[in-house]
Amino acid sequence: MFARTVWLVLRKDLIVEVRSLEIAYTTLFFAISCVLVFAFALVQEGRAPEGGAAGILWIAIAFAGTLALGRTFERERQSETLRALLLAPAARPAVYLGKLLGIVALLLAAEVLLVPLVTFLFQAPLLAHPAWLALILLAGTVGFAAVGTLFAAMLVRVRSRDVLLPVLLYPITVPVIIAGVRATAALLEPQPDAGIIQFWLALLVCFDVVFVTLALWTFEPVMTD
Amino acid sequence: MSPSTSHGAGFDDLTVQDVSRHFGRRRALSHVSFRAERGAILGLLGPNGAGKSTMLALLGTLLRPSAGRILYGTHNASEHGAALRASIGVLGHDLFLYPELTARENLEFFAGLYAVVDRRAAAIDALSQAGLADRAHDPVSSFSRGMRQRLGLERALIHRPRLLLLDEPFTGLDDASAAALSRRLHTLREQGAIVILATHDLDLAEDLLDRAIFLRDGRMVEVVDRPEALRTVYRDVMARPNVVSGFSRTDES
Repeated sequence: MFARTVWLVLRKDLIVEVRSLEIAYTTLFFAISCVLVFAFALVQEGRAPEGGAAGILWIAIAFAGTLALGRTFERERQSETLRALLLAPAARPAVYLGKLLGIVALLLAAEVLLVPLVTFLFQAPLLAHPAWLALILLAGTVGFAAVGTLFAAMLVRVRSRDVLLPVLLYPITVPVIIAGVRATAALLEPQPDAGIIQFWLALLVCFDVVFVTLALWTFEPVMTD
Repeated sequence: MSPSTSHGAGFDDLTVQDVSRHFGRRRALSHVSFRAERGAILGLLGPNGAGKSTMLALLGTLLRPSAGRILYGTHNASEHGAALRASIGVLGHDLFLYPELTARENLEFFAGLYAVVDRRAAAIDALSQAGLADRAHDPVSSFSRGMRQRLGLERALIHRPRLLLLDEPFTGLDDASAAALSRRLHTLREQGAIVILATHDLDLAEDLLDRAIFLRDGRMVEVVDRPEALRTVYRDVMARPNVVSGFSRTDES
């Protein structure tokens, strides 16, 4: 029943998004604008600042992710369907996990477009080690979205949710962003040090485990009252 | 009315015992008690802010009482929350439907959440009950308020709940749709469901209710069995200062 609920919620979110493309368009537009602004500001005479690409990639992911998180739950609030999900006998952590996977899928899709764009504008060899990059992006995105999904659900009935979400989310996800930036920067070195990459990646996985476990544990009591 | 889900908790009556609910310092409900048996339609009546929606949220297990307890048969929500929710259907003022999904997709999604054994058959049956079989593959965003209301009701009934909670179910319905909803609720009563509805529509409620519970400022001010001339009773009750603290007049006598 748990796995089926996760699948039902995930599938529903993906169908709704494919039909409306609302979050995909806004998230992508915002992320691409962000990267372009940084590119125009920092790339001088065709030369990008050293290590800048990693930071800008993760800034774009964090900003776009915040936008996606807010919109995903705004959609549930408009028709009060989050209430319907909570009224169902399905395990509430399964509802959380379904929403989390939907947001992770959306952000990964955005990253598929962002990575080549950053590679091109900042002349960064991001695609030189695609497997490592995929692992870093996946681990970082899960950590960021795990906390974000919980906070976005908690704030869904709060009037100033759009302001509060980043205020609460960024301080807690700073370790994820830093680890993501450091791991990506290590990957961009002319001779990447596998030990350093593995260290930051292991840290990201630790954050993921802690954040997802805490969120699964707290989602039920937090959403009950 | 037997649930077609695999894990519902069975109960034939509902007992609300001295329930209070506070939001911080604000008192939403205070010492409310009543009882409902199978095959009965109860109405929660009162002005805006009387505590009707809070009572429905408590009965639906979305909120926990600050004091008192709610018993579904012998079960309570804190110990059997998920199992009880499998036996409860809720139709809110917002209809809990995804506008981007088709009518059938909405029904199949909720049937899945309620672990209905044959989701497709349940959805087809529900569409037929709602008179929307020919609109099964249309997105809900293209439906009128009346069509959404009918679909929302069938969504709430997709798992054949023992307890049905309705918040202002007649809002936005034309006469024909309201009459159809009344007929549907009569049928549910005959099938043994407990139906509790919060409404301002006293004319429609009068023909429907087995018991009217009047709330004001979070307090239960009167309980009337098989109410007649409901509008007059409502006006009298709301003008009165006294408060009933126990069960209905009929129960007490």
